[in-house]
Amino acid sequence: MDLAKQTLIDLYTTMLTIRRFEERVVQEVYAGKVPGFVHSYIGEEAIATGVCAHLKREDRIVSHHRGHGHCIAKGADMKRMMAEIYGKKTGYCKGKGGSMHIADFSIGMLGADGIVGAGLPIATGAATAAQLEGKGNVAAVFFGDGACNEGEFHECLNLASIWKLPLLFVCENNGYGVNTPAEYAMGAKDITRMPEAYHIRNRSINGNDVELVYEAAGEAVSELRKGGGPYFLECRTYRWHKHFLSQTLEDLRPREEIESWKKQCPVAAFERRLLDRKVLTHSEAESINQRILAQVEEAHAFALESPNPQPQDALEDVYST
Amino acid sequence: MREITFEQAATEAIQEEFRRNPRTVHLSTDLAAELQREFGADRIRVTPIAENSFVGASIGLAGSGFRTVSNLRMATFGFVALDQMMNHAAKITYMFGGQAKFPILYRMTVGAGYSGAAEHSISPYAMYMNVPGLKIILPTTPYDVKGLLKTALRENNPVVSFEPFLLGGMKGPVPEEEYLVPFGEAFIRREGKDVTVVALARMVYEALAAAEDLDKEGISLEVIDPRSLVPLDRRTILESVAKTGRLVVVDEACQTCGAAAEVIALATSDKAVFHRLKSAPARVCGLDIPIPFSPPMEKFAIPDKAKIIAAVKAAVAR
Repeated sequence: MDLAKQTLIDLYTTMLTIRRFEERVVQEVYAGKVPGFVHSYIGEEAIATGVCAHLKREDRIVSHHRGHGHCIAKGADMKRMMAEIYGKKTGYCKGKGGSMHIADFSIGMLGADGIVGAGLPIATGAATAAQLEGKGNVAAVFFGDGACNEGEFHECLNLASIWKLPLLFVCENNGYGVNTPAEYAMGAKDITRMPEAYHIRNRSINGNDVELVYEAAGEAVSELRKGGGPYFLECRTYRWHKHFLSQTLEDLRPREEIESWKKQCPVAAFERRLLDRKVLTHSEAESINQRILAQVEEAHAFALESPNPQPQDALEDVYST
Repeated sequence: MREITFEQAATEAIQEEFRRNPRTVHLSTDLAAELQREFGADRIRVTPIAENSFVGASIGLAGSGFRTVSNLRMATFGFVALDQMMNHAAKITYMFGGQAKFPILYRMTVGAGYSGAAEHSISPYAMYMNVPGLKIILPTTPYDVKGLLKTALRENNPVVSFEPFLLGGMKGPVPEEEYLVPFGEAFIRREGKDVTVVALARMVYEALAAAEDLDKEGISLEVIDPRSLVPLDRRTILESVAKTGRLVVVDEACQTCGAAAEVIALATSDKAVFHRLKSAPARVCGLDIPIPFSPPMEKFAIPDKAKIIAAVKAAVAR
């Protein structure tokens, strides 16, 4: 595939932004500075990047507990994300959601839900809305292999299929639900047999290759915009960190497996390719990197300088007016 | 005034509000034929029997700028979709910092008394009252169901409408002209001076029948129908109990941790009202058992006129 130079650089920039943001979050979590649970997206950056590159502001996405990458790729503001992760009043959810529940409805990011599989029905509704609006917009839902064993997954494949919804199912198959291997937990073994059973077009790809994700998502989204019904992408990937960042949670995955996937780093592999193809020079790559580090630093400083919510702010927003 | 059934009144509410606002969608496992004829199959959708998917889809639709009615038919089927209703619909306005509104109407029937056996005879509104973020209505007349559902369809929050199954075919006066019934305004179905009876759902009618009988014995009941449980019209209840000094709460839901307990706590924890109480507040509720199938056992399990009369007499006897 021969992508335009700017497209390649944009993909690289988005992936690296997610990586640098997440690295900073990991550092702060392990320094004990962030309350609650944080699920790192490191290792899976190519998926959110390649998919969201095809989405317009009017297209809606639904994310899950490991959602920072989806937010960044859809265009969320890192300052308000970081502030939310710190529980600050200036955060996207005014400190009421935290890392697991960042949302930005103004950019079509309908939020991250912390219950495995629960975003699927919500995205099905967003796709129904897009179908009713009839403007060729689409919805995309991100979920893991773990969600594929939930009843809601099957209910939503079925509903999307019979209603021919413009819904892109993006399965980020990282091989594990916490520490339980998909190999053990999933009777279907091959994930795409499930959308296949519901007559949903599908593909299984290497989710660590951003060009491949970009190409596959492009084909899928263009089919969705034509009104041809849902599309399912299985993106095989791996998370580098534990299920959530924790001093106490054990990581039961084989050490050598983790190391072998780190060697297939989606960001480093793409960078090498861009350098080899002379799309990027070392100094251009470094200048992109420096710019991103400065943005992450700015986001972090914003979060730290932002005020905490007042205790009684807890009483607001239970109901909309 | 013309008389129509409870179910017809509910349908009229949806028709009127769907005419007002084209960004409205109706989801139900059964075909709502009358609605579909008028509004088409795109907006009036039949869903598979897969409650999580369409209860959750209503959230995604709402978050995308549509208003949705999800008709679950019976409260027992609501349990299948509790994660979507309680973890998501109820919480995400708050959890996302108020940045989006979720105008959704969930409808489901409640109540026993028709040999539906345990699974299909349940009144679980108290469980939902325990989840902040939902509004809860309990219409008991054709007039109220129309007015409350119309209000629900202009609300910017998820509303759960618990509608007594046995009242679906009941006829009552409903004006031709438009009206709304606001949330949080109880209706005093009968004024009285000796005992306040707060009756929920179908028990309103058992309480009114009891009031008729007791009137002949010189005992005057004030029967209050809260009509919405969240928000609850605390003021009307407290003023009535302050006046009568006696409170009996009637609900066919199980007694433990029920809405009746909440009403009694409301009255007894109000200092002024507490001091005016002439007898201990009483509950006449469903027994803490699953509802049995066979009529003699079922009748035993849920409140009726006779049980209300007994409780009222105990309250006034002191």
